[in-house]
Amino acid sequence: MVVAVTGLVLFIFVIFHMLGNLQIFLGADALNDYARHLDELPYLLWPARAVLLAALLLHVGFSLALANENRRARPVRYVHGDTVQASRASRTMVITGLVILFFIIYHLLHFTFGVTNPEFFHLTDAKGREDIYSMVVLSFQNGWIAGTYILAMFFLCLHLGHGVSSVPQSLGFSESSGLRKNFGRFGNLAGVLVFIGNSSIVLAVLLGKLK
Amino acid sequence: MNFKLKVWRQKDARNKGGLVEIEAKGVSADMSFLEMLDGVNEELIQKGSEPIAFDHDCREGICGTCSLVINGIPHGPERGTAACQLHMRKFKDGDTIVIEPWRARAFPVVKDLVVDRSAFDRIIQAGGFVSVNTGSAPEANAIPIGKESAERAMDAAACIGCGACVAACKNASAMLFVAAKVSHLAELPQGQVERGARVKKMVAQMDREGFGNCTNQYECEAVCPKEISVGVIAKMNREYRQS
Ligand code: FES
Repeated sequence: MVVAVTGLVLFIFVIFHMLGNLQIFLGADALNDYARHLDELPYLLWPARAVLLAALLLHVGFSLALANENRRARPVRYVHGDTVQASRASRTMVITGLVILFFIIYHLLHFTFGVTNPEFFHLTDAKGREDIYSMVVLSFQNGWIAGTYILAMFFLCLHLGHGVSSVPQSLGFSESSGLRKNFGRFGNLAGVLVFIGNSSIVLAVLLGKLK
Repeated sequence: MNFKLKVWRQKDARNKGGLVEIEAKGVSADMSFLEMLDGVNEELIQKGSEPIAFDHDCREGICGTCSLVINGIPHGPERGTAACQLHMRKFKDGDTIVIEPWRARAFPVVKDLVVDRSAFDRIIQAGGFVSVNTGSAPEANAIPIGKESAERAMDAAACIGCGACVAACKNASAMLFVAAKVSHLAELPQGQVERGARVKKMVAQMDREGFGNCTNQYECEAVCPKEISVGVIAKMNREYRQS
């Protein structure tokens, strides 16, 4: 239940984060303006960050503890195991989750703390604002960075596919099989949309559409 | 038909087991899976070796005693069918068939393919009693129950407690079993008095027995011989949240 609730919080964040990012297509002015506005709302920004960090820590902590319990619940494995209907995504949640965790750390070092690419950090645009736009574009012109981001989004897509579909089940809202099917579709769709949305930024830079 | 069986043999709970190859010859396509094993055992006995121990009782899919993981799937390849109701015509002549016991920490192997499922009994016991008026048998139509509830309760009550859900679950979780029992009583007026307490106690006992946790992969539903839907798990999660 903790995993479901915190997962839901993180999922909602991922959606808003993507919508914010997509403003890059409206041009440098819009994106830098948006970033500036966020910075000007410290009483909103910091509590939100605190909630997200707490949700993330709880989500990871509880998931790993549960996964460990699950492993111990079957000390002797099947010699010949098989799977009937459990999706690949559902069986790799721990792996995709950990990849995403490492990606989040890298992502924060990259864009929030400016550790990995300090040369793109603290640029200022013509109006004296922090130039988020150039930071993003210059970063993604590097094939390695772009590839890392797209790959991470692929893992996120898988993770959300199973995770989002699971939330209503764990919270007890999907008693009917029709609802379960629809939540399943919604989860997969959400995963794919997040993948497309976020990767489109990286691709647009790679293809030279954003510069 | 002839088959090459790879059967899990284990002397007792303390000894380590392993797969042993045994030939099954002259099997008829109309035999049930258990009858095929009976034949194999007769031959083993004639040869003076120990027969394969496996659980069985009613052999008509209603008691939930048979418990074989056949080629990695509890109760074998046919959906909605217990191993005792599975026929050899579902296999091809010459197939290799791997037979293992239910595998879970909460279900220790007793011998060969027999496991101890008393953990399930303890969960049921933890659920406690249902308050009813004693005395003469109640009039059957005295307590009205909506069709929908009645149907859902009957679906959940179809659970025969075999434990295939645990055996199939990647996490050896007993959620489908416990949820079926919880939903069955929660749907009916007779189960209302202890409704909240029951789900809490049964879930607590389930955790104490060392079952894993549900990660919504729905393998349980796929192997359940009574085709109980994971909807009961959603129902139990809600019951638990509200209790
Ligand atoms: S032996 Fe009774 S259900 Fe199979």
